[in-house]
Amino acid sequence: MQVEFSSQQRQQRERFRSFVQEHICPCAADWDRQEAISSEIIEQLRSHGYLGCLVSGIRGEPVDAITYGLLTEEIARGCSSVRSLLTVQDMVALGICRWGSSELKDEFGAAIGNGELLCGLAISEPETGSDASNVKTEARREGDEYVLCGRKKWITFGQIADLLLVLARFEDKPTAFLVPRTAPGFTRRPLKGLLGVKASMLAEIEFNGCRIPRRYLVGKPGFGYSHVIATTLDLGRYSVAWGAVGIIQACLDSCLEYTAKRKQFGVEIQEHQLIRRKLTEMIAAVRAARLLCCRAGYLRDRKDPAAVPETLVAKYFASKAAVRSASDAVQLHGANGLSDEFPVSRYLRDAKVTEIIEGSTQIQQITIPQCPLPEL
Amino acid sequence: MDDKKTKIRTFLARFSRNHQISDDADIFASGTVHSLVALQLISFIEKEFEIVVADEDLEPENFRSINNIVAFIERKAAALLRPPVMA
Repeated sequence: MQVEFSSQQRQQRERFRSFVQEHICPCAADWDRQEAISSEIIEQLRSHGYLGCLVSGIRGEPVDAITYGLLTEEIARGCSSVRSLLTVQDMVALGICRWGSSELKDEFGAAIGNGELLCGLAISEPETGSDASNVKTEARREGDEYVLCGRKKWITFGQIADLLLVLARFEDKPTAFLVPRTAPGFTRRPLKGLLGVKASMLAEIEFNGCRIPRRYLVGKPGFGYSHVIATTLDLGRYSVAWGAVGIIQACLDSCLEYTAKRKQFGVEIQEHQLIRRKLTEMIAAVRAARLLCCRAGYLRDRKDPAAVPETLVAKYFASKAAVRSASDAVQLHGANGLSDEFPVSRYLRDAKVTEIIEGSTQIQQITIPQCPLPEL
Repeated sequence: MDDKKTKIRTFLARFSRNHQISDDADIFASGTVHSLVALQLISFIEKEFEIVVADEDLEPENFRSINNIVAFIERKAAALLRPPVMA
């Protein structure tokens, strides 16, 4: 067993790191305060080929699962809201690439793959969260169209998404559809005041007799949740797991810098044993979480069915470790950690979100024992 | 065919707490297959039998039982062997 990144993966990681350092780190706190990312960063992500890259590659170069994970980690190290833009774009891209008709792929594939069209994933509703297969939004057929009625809530980048992959019920069966923001009967309103990932421009979306062409069905009726959405959520968990690794790394970087400078009782606080203990736990956490993500990525690249449960474990562990590490990071920063002059309070708020999205920690605790894992 | 059945049965047994699954049992109705298993089942079929499950293949009958899955795999494999129809 060999556990190391290829030289190409290392080079890519350096490129991602430079990009994040230049375009994301200096702005992340402002985006968090403004509850929106800038159009400039979206354009930068597009021009670097990062939006939708899992399916389309980066500037024509295919992206393996580990490289995609490294991109996600680096971006989350800078800003979890930008990470969530990448996550949702790739979730929808994969859903269409995997289960869309050739007609749909021809119509939307290129524009999603290069980020020209921004995507949203509309699953959650005011009354439906974890129990996603029981959404209330309904679809009915009228001639050559589907007509959707219902409301979706907590839709990441729903404020600016051009195209949404929507889970609805058609003839009482979970079914997936593509809905452009220009479809008649489509309205949205911004959601503000979230705890974390505040700049991910959430929206509530209403389909009020929203009409879409018949060809915008994704997959077949009855397979919308079990296959189309399940495929997207599997990738979402993978991406969020790597994102959680990025948060832990950001916590560790901040703490190493802060504890080397900050003096109390006449010495840098990193000289105190209890501070070192927290640093040690963070170092172990980020390495363990990254290795679990790598294992899941390795299986994904081999198209191994076990990638699904390995991803569950990676997401479960990494998100919990991110919350613990971010909480410790705030603690190590003392009063400064409570202020938005330092990034660690943002890391803590963003980390908490990773324990709730794409399957809460409690849902993972129910599902992981149901999915046997291969022997290590 | 028996070899395929054995492979599929062995794969599914991991999710059914090793209860014996008969070849014509409805694996969805019995609760053996939920969404996370459905994803793994697709990956397993594609990797093990070297076929691609496409959007048009998403029909409940194709995956309802071990017998149906084997029949589906054999149809897909046969289609791969058929020469393309020239227009």
